[in-house]
Amino acid sequence: MDNNGLMIHLEDICFGYPGRPLVLDRLNLSFYEGERTGLMGSNGSGKTTLFHIIMGLLKPASGRIEVMGRPVKEEKDFRKVRKTIGLLFQDADDQLFSPTVLEDVAFGPLNLGKSPEEAQEIATKALASLGLTGFEGRVTHKLSGGEKRLVSLATVLAMEPDVLLLDEPTTGLDEATERRLVAILKNLDVSYILVSHNMDFLKEVTTGIRCMSQGTIVLDDERIPHTHIHVHEHGRYAHEHGRK
Amino acid sequence: MIVELVGGDSLIHRLDPRVKIVVAFLFSVVVAVSNRFLVLLLALGLGLCIALLVRLPVKQFFLRLAPVNLFIIFLWFFLPFTFEGKPLFSVGPLVGTHEGVLYAARISIKSNTIMAVLIALVASTSLLTLGHAMHHLKIPKKLVHLFFFTYRYIDVINKEYLRLINAMKVRGFRPGTNMHTYRTFAYLVGMLLVRSSDRADRVHSAMRCRGFRGNLYSLSAFSLETRDVISLILMLALILVLGVLEWTIMV
Repeated sequence: MDNNGLMIHLEDICFGYPGRPLVLDRLNLSFYEGERTGLMGSNGSGKTTLFHIIMGLLKPASGRIEVMGRPVKEEKDFRKVRKTIGLLFQDADDQLFSPTVLEDVAFGPLNLGKSPEEAQEIATKALASLGLTGFEGRVTHKLSGGEKRLVSLATVLAMEPDVLLLDEPTTGLDEATERRLVAILKNLDVSYILVSHNMDFLKEVTTGIRCMSQGTIVLDDERIPHTHIHVHEHGRYAHEHGRK
Repeated sequence: MIVELVGGDSLIHRLDPRVKIVVAFLFSVVVAVSNRFLVLLLALGLGLCIALLVRLPVKQFFLRLAPVNLFIIFLWFFLPFTFEGKPLFSVGPLVGTHEGVLYAARISIKSNTIMAVLIALVASTSLLTLGHAMHHLKIPKKLVHLFFFTYRYIDVINKEYLRLINAMKVRGFRPGTNMHTYRTFAYLVGMLLVRSSDRADRVHSAMRCRGFRGNLYSLSAFSLETRDVISLILMLALILVLGVLEWTIMV
């Protein structure tokens, strides 16, 4: 990369839905290679919108987007972006549309022009890397919630992206699956931005946390939010504290 | 809800799904346009034999025939009395005709024959395989996609429906014959439509993120084996016999 590792660069992005205040208001973001960033913010603060703008699913009203040092404007440019950046959707049922796991994971590689044999090989590898060997023939809508989430991640990884955008990957997961996800993320060789409300989770898998508020990113790496270890009943289950 | 009945292992289970689709289609067409009772009864016998070969539990088989025959019962109420022809019997002022009864009998045999074969087809092939076979038979892409997406999302939409119904129940909703009930059901249907449409948008976005540009590629390949070719030729011959019996002049 010739841009000092600057992977995603957003400049003065504005975006709003008709009849409502701006969701993103002159937002700036620089994301470098190797970063593992957590993104926090209250409901409706525009985190998902931000991801969709980076992927070209939503069009900003104004502002500049650069990915890998190249400006992206049109659908044609974004098609290339989607090969480098993978987005994990909030709801796994949105992501898994093929009847079987193998077909779903192979869908991306096939779209990238791989032959069925190559696609199958990539898919099998992606599944194996997440400990999902043996899931190939399973029917997607009959998977459990946790399995669906992990298979979704496999479908994104099969595109062999350099950056991942993960939209609330822990919602609805039990503790065991969450631990599994933590282990997977720690071993991945990609940079990622991760939206979550779960402080403990963020602390484990990210190197810095940014906050979204009033349409911009307000908090940077220097002030890292911290957690306290404390004891109380029901502590066994992943939970959240002190939302303000 | 889609409940699949694909279990067991028989000659028909192992046949190439493409052969099964082609045979079921041609057979249905010939049966649908035939009129002679000889042909129809032969076809019915053949259809039942095929269903027998699949070794579907008898109860399941008749359960699946039931919905069709529900419609046919209604035909028996009307057809004999609305057809002109030789009077055969009378119920009060209504006169049932010879031709009407024959017509209703034909429809009954035809529908049951075609259903028997289709039940055998669906019960011996998983829906996935059927979809892929349709794809390989060059059936229009859009239809195959529709088939796959229905299979994948009917369950999701059903879950959404159950969630909404439960949300209504826990707030004390009990359906009755009143405006409130009608309005509530209208909201329910509207909400399901809106949610499904939103879901479709999100699924499409997710597909675009993975490079989707309108083409679905298939991973599976089928191969014709000797038994497939033999079955295909045998079945085509039988269908041809039915056709010949129907369209040649009998002395």
